[in-house]
Amino acid sequence: MASVSSCINALRDRGQCALIPFITAGDPSLEVTAKALQILDRNGADLIELGIPYSDPLADGPVIQAAATRALQQGTRLEYVLEMLKSIHPTLKSPIILFTYYNPILNRGIESFMQQIADVGARGLVVPDLPLEEVEAVLHAAKDSGIEVTLLVAPTTPKERIEAIATHSQGFIYLVSVTGVTGIRSKLENRVQDLLSELHSVTDKPIGVGFGISQPGQAKQVMEWGADAVIVGSAFVKRLAEGTPDHGLQAIETFCRSLKAAITE
Amino acid sequence: MTHTPIPPNQAASTTVLPSTQRPDSQGRFGKFGGKYVPETLMPALSELEAAFYQYRNDPEFQQEFQGLLQDYVGRPSPLYFAERLTQHYAKPDGSGAQIYLKREDLNHTGAHKINNALGQVLLAKRMGKPRIIAETGAGQHGVATATVCARFGLNCIIYMGVHDMERQALNVFRMRLMGAEVRPVQAGTGTLKDATSEAIRDWVTNVETTHYILGSVAGPHPYPMIVREFQTIIGQETRQQCHAKWGGLPDILLACVGGGSNAIGLFHEFVDEPTVRMIGIEAGGEGLNSEKHAATLTRGRVGVLHGAMSYLLQDEDGQVIEPHSVSAGLDYPGVGPEHSYLKDLGRAEYYSITDQQAMDAFQQLSQLEGIIPALETAHAIAYLEPLCSQLSGNPRIVINCSGRGDKDVQTVAKFLNPS
Repeated sequence: MASVSSCINALRDRGQCALIPFITAGDPSLEVTAKALQILDRNGADLIELGIPYSDPLADGPVIQAAATRALQQGTRLEYVLEMLKSIHPTLKSPIILFTYYNPILNRGIESFMQQIADVGARGLVVPDLPLEEVEAVLHAAKDSGIEVTLLVAPTTPKERIEAIATHSQGFIYLVSVTGVTGIRSKLENRVQDLLSELHSVTDKPIGVGFGISQPGQAKQVMEWGADAVIVGSAFVKRLAEGTPDHGLQAIETFCRSLKAAITE
Repeated sequence: MTHTPIPPNQAASTTVLPSTQRPDSQGRFGKFGGKYVPETLMPALSELEAAFYQYRNDPEFQQEFQGLLQDYVGRPSPLYFAERLTQHYAKPDGSGAQIYLKREDLNHTGAHKINNALGQVLLAKRMGKPRIIAETGAGQHGVATATVCARFGLNCIIYMGVHDMERQALNVFRMRLMGAEVRPVQAGTGTLKDATSEAIRDWVTNVETTHYILGSVAGPHPYPMIVREFQTIIGQETRQQCHAKWGGLPDILLACVGGGSNAIGLFHEFVDEPTVRMIGIEAGGEGLNSEKHAATLTRGRVGVLHGAMSYLLQDEDGQVIEPHSVSAGLDYPGVGPEHSYLKDLGRAEYYSITDQQAMDAFQQLSQLEGIIPALETAHAIAYLEPLCSQLSGNPRIVINCSGRGDKDVQTVAKFLNPS
């Protein structure tokens, strides 16, 4: 499994945009999550973001909140997610990026958390409630672990801050495409285009766009605006949760292919 | 490993930083505090901090704020000598604690919350934000926010847990009467934590037009500092009133702690006075061993919730535990970071009081003084029982009577006569 940055950079060198689906671990069960990871891996995903369910997901909208609640009610625990990942990651070509809020990291101990997720094969980490000012300890712990810690830029981020975030972000820079929480939106904000050019003017690092992208047409649009990766979350989580697990898995397979096709020319 | 309780005076091996450095420039009280929020909010927090520093000493701002505190809120609030409560706890030899109540319950809207809501709405007006949001538990902060929004003609949305809307129905009615939209929050246990999360999500979405009037000394920097600043008038008046009454300082300060704004409001003025003992009372719910409590400082571990590092009720995986208290305003798994700091340094002490003890104190104060306290406040009153028996001489105790209890009469009736 390649590192996050080498995976995206290799695609960029070939003129391609990376597809990063997101699913919540443990919804509806970790067995289904394991199957979902393999299905996404074989049907167009270039990297996969795996959400660790948390009791108070401040940056998430209703779809991912509900998925996290269901996963926790199923008894999903960080330890079990890591065990599942350890057994499944050798079968995957897509690097796995873990998405977790900060408290579970802090609770486990930052150093040991980083070591443990590296041991089970994770290659990237996104922590939505750790802005630049608070991320130092996590960056330090990640240093020799092989984990790349990706920081987020929002539509409200001023220019000088964008530069500082871009300097410290690893793997890629995660551009939040909406002023808001995760979720399905019917329309993309036009200022994403300006933000992408602004980001490209201050950094060579690849840029991934996420939050609110739920349709192939939107994915294509952000690719044309200059995104090096497209992250799609709630739209996958919603499809996986509908009907039986088999229906859900079938639905994300079809959806993943359609997204990949839209950003492959 | 066994834990031996450390007496406060020995735990205070490090001295409390001067108030100008609490918090530091990063918003930290020691290791507590900080800004653990999505990037989208960071510019808004900086903007708020800049506005606060610009206006806190601005004569025009201060004139408007102080004028409204006097004529609209009704300040200063009295420092009342609770004669019959004092007699109740007198020892056989006639000595005993002299008990005073700082009557924040007499403020307009019936609680200390109006002090902060007023200060923040004046900031919001100057920042040009036409839309106001807030979270509320007991409804007192929601009512205070709805009140100041009505006063200044601002659009007001209050997030409130569905469970709290039921047990504080009177306050829901008051908010709606004043033109606020009350949005029910279903998530979790439908209490203050869930309402706060939903308010933060609204703010992330509408940050460019919206000011979030956070109601406690919790949340990301600069909120704990700003809310403290607007509540510190409680302690400032108390100092003057003590001086006028007996020419000295109080010996003991006593206040309930949920997020901790009424306690910080009383304590802050006296943190640098080493002779003043400060005691905060958390909600012990059905008892500390029942797992149905909200005693964050007593039973929590350091964690991050709603943007700040502080003590937190959490399970072994770092998932936040749903708290319990009969009092909606104390039903919160976190606590303001400055309280965690004062606890760790041993500068303030924190204990807990159960639902039943609070109910007893609610009735006691009603019957002895003709003052019906809020259930939150009743937790502080209830601590007189264990405290007074430990004291010698005639120490002067000031209790922050943080709110009045009209809103709680139905809850109390149900508790006393479950059907």
